Amino acid sequence: MRRLTPYLLALPSWMWLAIFLVVPLAAMASVSLQTGNVIDGFVMTFSFSNYGDAISAYGTQFARSLLYGGLATAAMLVIGYPVAYWIAFKGGSRKSMYLFLLLLPFFVSFVLRTISWGFLLSDDGILFGTLKGWGLLPPDFHVLATAFAVVAGLTYNWLPFMILPIYVSLERVDPRVVEAAQDLYATRSAAFRKVVLPLSLPGVFAGVLMTFVPATADPINAQVLGGTGNTMIGNIIQTEYLVNNDYPTASALSFTLMAVLLVGIFIYARVLGTENVLEAAAR
Amino acid sequence: MAERGLTDSAIELQDVVKEYVSHGEVVQAVKGVTLAVGEGEFFSLLGPSGCGKTTTMRMIAGFEEPSKGVVRLRGEDVTNVPPNKRDVNMVFQSYALFPHMSVWDNVAFGLKQRRTPQEEIRRRVGEMLEIVDLTGREKRRPRELSGGQQQRVALARALVNRPRALLLDEPLGALDLKLRQAMQLELKRIQREVGITFVYVTHDQNEALTMSDRIAVMKDGLVEQLAGPREIYESPATTFVAGFIGTSNLMAGTATAGVLRIGEGRVLVPQHDGEVSVTVRPEKIILSVDEPDGDLSVVPGTVAEVVYLGTYNSYTVSLADGAEITVFQQNAHDSTITAERGDSVWLSWQAQHSYVMGS
Repeated sequence: MRRLTPYLLALPSWMWLAIFLVVPLAAMASVSLQTGNVIDGFVMTFSFSNYGDAISAYGTQFARSLLYGGLATAAMLVIGYPVAYWIAFKGGSRKSMYLFLLLLPFFVSFVLRTISWGFLLSDDGILFGTLKGWGLLPPDFHVLATAFAVVAGLTYNWLPFMILPIYVSLERVDPRVVEAAQDLYATRSAAFRKVVLPLSLPGVFAGVLMTFVPATADPINAQVLGGTGNTMIGNIIQTEYLVNNDYPTASALSFTLMAVLLVGIFIYARVLGTENVLEAAAR
Repeated sequence: MAERGLTDSAIELQDVVKEYVSHGEVVQAVKGVTLAVGEGEFFSLLGPSGCGKTTTMRMIAGFEEPSKGVVRLRGEDVTNVPPNKRDVNMVFQSYALFPHMSVWDNVAFGLKQRRTPQEEIRRRVGEMLEIVDLTGREKRRPRELSGGQQQRVALARALVNRPRALLLDEPLGALDLKLRQAMQLELKRIQREVGITFVYVTHDQNEALTMSDRIAVMKDGLVEQLAGPREIYESPATTFVAGFIGTSNLMAGTATAGVLRIGEGRVLVPQHDGEVSVTVRPEKIILSVDEPDGDLSVVPGTVAEVVYLGTYNSYTVSLADGAEITVFQQNAHDSTITAERGDSVWLSWQAQHSYVMGS
């Protein structure tokens, strides 16, 4: 009995995974190969052409999603790393307060926050309306319904997920190791490049994973901030499911997206996620 | 070797003060330290925690800027020179090895930063790893090494740059006793071999006494005594030094005509009158059942505690005035006495072993 205890303790989580991950995935895999419609029902026909059709129809949105997700991730990295660095090394006794501030937006629903950004950025809203009134911006200036708005929204929404893992890895860097580098003739910037940055790469790696995947698959930002010209793959999947009721196409798109992201992550992990990178960065 | 400086001192501190502001109050960690470390010397800064020894060392390394005073390296004023431009290297308390680099890259770091030619780096790192006995472990990561090996990597990483002085901040603190004793001898050997000035920060008096040419005993941000190990041990300048170095027995009272009376006993304090305090090392005292004859300091007491310590016994003896005196007696087969708890005994020692401080 005692030997079994750890397995029994893990049982609920295994059950959870089985019921809420494996079963739906299997169902979705099956649906993605069916044909039919909502009224007459769907029949399993092993129609692998669903995948080809879906990809050729929505290739643009796929590419756009990867592009926007990538741009947002890059922006988060550029903005987030200095923030994480500052909190970790200069935060002093206020570190936990800064982290709390970082997480504060999560107390408001994600959709609501995005909609607020929509208000804030609207063409004649509080910000641009005022600036236009003062004549500081041309009357036809707009941010909403541009690629910029979508990428900015994605960046805003997932920034904490970039900052936190980087913060954790920087926090673990022993300040004496940095002093040791300076003692061994490294300038401040050399000490950063040779010691701090390589030691924080695991955090960067985790941060990129935690933000790129959801940002790429996200439908809300494109819907609320992107207008009609910036549809991402998440919007398409949503429409196919909920509006067109074309479950096979939606399932095929979901699976394709999952596969693309998994392969991408796998390659990324093989290239970047090993100690070799740390060593290379240290040279 | 690098060219010689203007003075004989590798390191000079002149009236160095370090102040911090803590909770709105100015705290002086170092209150005015003046000292000179000779070329090739093994110099220790010894004191309890909070005495300012580490701050003093960090000012030599350049991690702290003195609030007042001057730091010189071979006569050159480096008071405001950043650490990466100072020709001293440091061995950190927890080694502070670069965890993401191999042993080789750790040791080569300083040379690479100084743009030393590849060929020379290879030769010097190889030689240094040989000196610290780590040949064959070049590719290991620090965490794959034992504490003693990590310690030697830290040492090699600093020494390979041939600094004008090596600063060591309690480098053996994390090692167990046996390894620590072995490393003490090892450090001393390496220092002789490379001929570099060592400044060694420690709170362990045995370590300081074993290795140092000279020791600065610090307390509350000031140097209490600066002298060789023998002098510090045999003739401590202050009561604090006497108490901090080794086990020390303190007797105090009023002396008349060069004699301090304690109960029926007499402590010889030639040329002293009035308030005096006397310290005697435990190993200088002889324990006997009968009152000894001769021109000795002689004090009676009662054995309060006997501790068997292998090569010697440690007796705690209570005197008439309540003072407790520790006496070490070798466990030789011709041991003069075996006293038990509660026995009345006589303590005696030669006048030259008393260290007397007048008021």
